[in-house]
Amino acid sequence: MKAYLTRRYMFSASHRLHNDVMSESENAAIYGKCNNPYGHGHNYALEVTVSGQVDDSTGMVCNLTDLDGFVQSEILERFDLQNLNMLSEFAESVPTTENLCIAIYDILQRGFRKAHLQKVRFEETMMNSFEYWGENRAIE
Amino acid sequence: MVYLTRKAEFSASHYYDNPKLTAEENRRIFGKCNNPNGHGHNYTLEVTVKGEVDPRSGFVLDLRQLKETMNREVLEALDHRFLNKEVPEFSAKIPTTENLAIAIWQRLAPKLQAAQLHRVRVYETPDLFVDFYGEA
Repeated sequence: MKAYLTRRYMFSASHRLHNDVMSESENAAIYGKCNNPYGHGHNYALEVTVSGQVDDSTGMVCNLTDLDGFVQSEILERFDLQNLNMLSEFAESVPTTENLCIAIYDILQRGFRKAHLQKVRFEETMMNSFEYWGENRAIE
Repeated sequence: MVYLTRKAEFSASHYYDNPKLTAEENRRIFGKCNNPNGHGHNYTLEVTVKGEVDPRSGFVLDLRQLKETMNREVLEALDHRFLNKEVPEFSAKIPTTENLAIAIWQRLAPKLQAAQLHRVRVYETPDLFVDFYGEA
């Protein structure tokens, strides 16, 4: 039987939303307060969902130790308490939470082999959240 | 189509052990969860049903009926129990959150004829949950 397992992680980081291809006034108009040149920060909640058949021998879709270990070393250690604009993922793109979803999805998709990656979800604040499903379709 | 979700909480204990594996393998795979004396969680259950809105009642499903079914079929069997020893599904299956979501689906699906069961979500902790949609 196929099940979907979601694990939630927290990290804190700063960013500035700014795109060099646009003028100062365009950046200010589009990004508003988020364009502050000194940046600002968030406590991000990251949810990683993996899916697959529940293994008869373990009762698991994926051993949490494997998922936690990967997220800790490949994501949290690189992103927690950092300025997102300084990371290689955002050398060419604006560190919006949309792009953050895609960047984290790509890291998991490339490196995590123990279960199928279903989606990545972010809460930037308690008031907004973002999901990226890659090639997967949302379930209705 | 409208989706309706009802939440409930139950508390239960469990441990993870596969008798087909050696003691050492069980410890390696399940870690602390392998302690045979068990440990417990406050589980949160979310049951989502889907259906068309009845034009007379304005309901997808009478919430009272959903609540009573969840109480009778799930909570009475699981709340304040040792899952491995007291819930028949787990005499031969490990009571992981995955298997718990499947067992709850199997208990509810045949009893909810007025609406279609869409999803069973079980939170083991606020940081970990499993969704089951009845997929093979």
